[in-house]
Amino acid sequence: MLDAIGVPGIDDLFDEIPATLKDVQLPRVPAGAREMEITRLMQARAAQDGRWSSFIGAGAYEHYVPAAVWQIVTRGEFYSAYTPYQAEASQGTLQLLYEYQSMIAGLTGLDAANASLYDGASALAEAVLMAVRLHKSSRRVLLPASLHPHYAATVRTIVSSQGVELVTLPWCPQRGTLALQALDGLDDHGAAALVIAQPNALGALEDVHALTDWAHAHGMLAIALVNPVALALLAPPGQWGARGADIAVGEGQPLGVPLSAGGPYFGFMTCRGAHVRQMPGRIAGRTVDATGAPGFTLTLQAREQHIRRSKATSNICTNQGLVVAAATVHMALLGPAGLQRVARASHAGLQRLIALLRPLGVRPRFAAPCFHETVLDLGVPVQPVLDAMRERGILGGLHLAPWSGELHEALLVCVTETKTEADLDDYVQAMSAALAHARHPA
Amino acid sequence: MSTLIFERSRPGRCSAQLAPAELACPGIPEALLRQAPPPLPEASELDVVRHYTALSQKNFSIDTQFYPLGSCTMKYNPRAANALAMLPEFLARHPLAPAATGQGVLACLYELQEILCDVSGMAGVSLAPMAGAQGEFAGVAMIRAWHRSRGDHARTEIIVPDAAHGTNPATATMCGYAVREVPTDRSGNVDLDRLRAAVGPQTAGLMLTNPSTLGVFEQRILDIRDIVHAAGGLLYYDGANLNAIVGQVKPGAMGFDVIHVNLHKTFSTPHGGGGPGAGPVGVAERLLPFLPVPIVLRRERPGAAPAYVLAGESERPHSIGRLSAFMGNVGVLLRAYVYARMLGREGMGRVAQFATLNANYLMVELRNAGFELAYPARRASHEFIVTLKRLKDQTGVSAMDFAKRLLDKGVHAPTTYFPLLVPECLLIEPTETESKETLDAFVAAMKAVLEEARTNPELVKSAPHTMPVRRLDDVKAARDLDVAWKT
Amino acid sequence: MEVAQDLRYARTHEWARLEADGSVTVGITDHAQELLGDLVFVETPQVGRRFAQGQECGVVESVKAASDIYAPVSGEVIAVNEELAASPEKINQDAYAAWIFRITPADPGELSALMDAAAYAGMIDAGQG
Repeated sequence: MLDAIGVPGIDDLFDEIPATLKDVQLPRVPAGAREMEITRLMQARAAQDGRWSSFIGAGAYEHYVPAAVWQIVTRGEFYSAYTPYQAEASQGTLQLLYEYQSMIAGLTGLDAANASLYDGASALAEAVLMAVRLHKSSRRVLLPASLHPHYAATVRTIVSSQGVELVTLPWCPQRGTLALQALDGLDDHGAAALVIAQPNALGALEDVHALTDWAHAHGMLAIALVNPVALALLAPPGQWGARGADIAVGEGQPLGVPLSAGGPYFGFMTCRGAHVRQMPGRIAGRTVDATGAPGFTLTLQAREQHIRRSKATSNICTNQGLVVAAATVHMALLGPAGLQRVARASHAGLQRLIALLRPLGVRPRFAAPCFHETVLDLGVPVQPVLDAMRERGILGGLHLAPWSGELHEALLVCVTETKTEADLDDYVQAMSAALAHARHPA
Repeated sequence: MSTLIFERSRPGRCSAQLAPAELACPGIPEALLRQAPPPLPEASELDVVRHYTALSQKNFSIDTQFYPLGSCTMKYNPRAANALAMLPEFLARHPLAPAATGQGVLACLYELQEILCDVSGMAGVSLAPMAGAQGEFAGVAMIRAWHRSRGDHARTEIIVPDAAHGTNPATATMCGYAVREVPTDRSGNVDLDRLRAAVGPQTAGLMLTNPSTLGVFEQRILDIRDIVHAAGGLLYYDGANLNAIVGQVKPGAMGFDVIHVNLHKTFSTPHGGGGPGAGPVGVAERLLPFLPVPIVLRRERPGAAPAYVLAGESERPHSIGRLSAFMGNVGVLLRAYVYARMLGREGMGRVAQFATLNANYLMVELRNAGFELAYPARRASHEFIVTLKRLKDQTGVSAMDFAKRLLDKGVHAPTTYFPLLVPECLLIEPTETESKETLDAFVAAMKAVLEEARTNPELVKSAPHTMPVRRLDDVKAARDLDVAWKT
Repeated sequence: MEVAQDLRYARTHEWARLEADGSVTVGITDHAQELLGDLVFVETPQVGRRFAQGQECGVVESVKAASDIYAPVSGEVIAVNEELAASPEKINQDAYAAWIFRITPADPGELSALMDAAAYAGMIDAGQG
């Protein structure tokens, strides 16, 4: 090959690079490992992390994923395919994306979906920017304080340099939901949008109908931030209030995606048909080929960075293709009945746990109804209790001290369908022992 | 046939693997409940497996076809990386579980930070960005934060070369900057006189890909560095083409202040039909405080193993902040880590060597086969550009037609119509993982299509002929928008 | 490519026509639609909004490109061509019949300072378009 090129050695191919720049020393990169060696290392590290009975939710939820999901998704034809720009050679990915868009649009009750964004938090940031583009006259967006603090932080990072003003709305200390009277007390500067989380990060279910109507009555868009599994049971954003929410976003992870220490997940986004051109990200569309036969292609690409450059709706290029493929197969396998069962079993599990904990003097902090997650008051410092439960292999929930001073001795606990009655009994026993120790130290 | 999964749906059909039946939702008020079940398909497990397996077979993929897609680095994704990132303990780990229960995964991430620091020649790395474009966002946001930290609010512009990826100008806009383009000269380098004229007290920075999107190394990079730094701006390295120089040249040595690395390119994590990727960012010393969070820190403990922790906003008050709810795309990072460990320090440089060898060989063979090169006087980096302008003028066959006909030959088409500077272009990147036999077969396919374009242009213009569909109507797709199935 | 004789032209490929009532009708040129290809969407300005000469006031979009429409003269938008929402292809069919919006000019001098047909055709022939 070198002869064909006409150079004596490989290094001559780099002769346009100034010689002073060359640096082949990599002291911080270990020597190469054979597959067998790296396998041993990774297995050892995985074993070190171990398996836990986890009751932590807070934006990432453990659900059972049927074996078929990732077996299909890791087929080389999905796993190692590129973005479907060459539509005729990518009909598999494109049809799958169209089916995904259809499922997620149906789940949220809205007309159009994109092919996904990075995760729930960055999807919310994109929804905020989209709402500001649509509204045209205000760059102010209202965020509930009961939003996951990592979501609020992500939104701040992404929108801050675009002159968007974020206003935080307090939660009602009794119910844990947005207080409508607090909304009416806002000064009269108006806003482009209100973000409504259902359930919110405290696990509480909001009166989404009243909030959506309030937003619309004040000339704002309503942005729904929703858990897709909860939507198997709960009213879809498209049916909130008299007119429905305008944009819905959320974390897609609960739909067949492993927790995986935080990612990759995917953010979903759906909207009313009229808003589709302001939606960021890839979109698959159905069309016909030269013979009139149906087929699929990426569409509305002129909104995107590779064509519109500095005037694009977003700089986003990726959709979380493979993860979305998993969610699509997962939703197809579960179907409406399966997803509803998961949602109901999760809800019932939490109710059961709350009932079992009551005799221990452990009570939900807030009065609002919840889905599969809630804030508990233990009546004693939380951290020692969690540490003691961990000794028994149980991650008892999330200590909310870093979230809010008001919740510094509160515990956010989540139950999904993965927890059996025996798991719940173990949890209650572990907590009971830990509480006894905390109340009457030996 | 493109039957939808919804069209396979039969009332009441389901998979056997359902959660236990729970009928009531006692705690939830009726008004908050859904009126009708969600409109999802009802299918058996076999229906679903067969449907999506059949769909997968309508895709080209690296595992099944050669993918010489310029600027995308479609190299083989080693299966070990997938298997080891999907060990059950890693998959089951909750992102907010205590750090003490995740020392194994955090050790991998910490070591990946170290590897990327070394390869990029940067002082620190954050793994937080979830894709290249998010890495770009983080990089430019750090440039902005740095200027502001010095009380310099006058810098309102980011400079990008006209050949840049679209994400560069789009990112600058998202970070609140105006975009100023500088042109490329005839040999494919940035026009230095125009760059000198463009910089000033308003310049926040320059975003540059090197080797550039034109498939050539920017030879006067040190002059560019001096011009931008002298004007008080910072230099951003778009790592899209890092595969061409990994283990040979470090962007830090070229004078770059910020870099993002596309792990799904240089570090071989799968493209997955459009994602997920990962776009870690590296920075020079002066930008360290601004790195996005979380960052993995290693704390030495006397008499015990070191402890790895995630540092967030409270420990890093000058950070540009969070980019995601949790810790970026950990599963992708683990794949990149396994790949980097298998290559090792001696393998990194071989990646660039063989990627460059393959590209230059292919370039010469295609030139000999009668193709016109966009930059014939230059060495190829890991990719190069062929222009079909003359062919189009002579036969009416466009780069798009040519690309579609290559699909019929069992080869994924090269990147077409990018960069925008070169008319009717094909941007070709073979990567280091392809053999000489594959490259020769590609040359044969290119020659065959060239011959067809001259003798039977209609055949090429109406391609593809052997794909699951014929050429798709993009105009109808956009005019009669159908993005979700309705009953 | 067709250049209509009785119109005025902006360097950014808009045509402008003075109407009997003093308003100015605006569209994009045949050359512009040829460059863009099949149009799939036209974003028209809001009626009642005021634009300065050269300001972005709309977008024309094809599958492969999107291009801003710039106000060829300053003024207030008084009407938009509602037909284009459903049928953007009308611009491809006849760029001079498919007007995009109508504006009340703030300064009639701006219109006469625009290029005439010969100057516009010359600009395109010189490859500056």
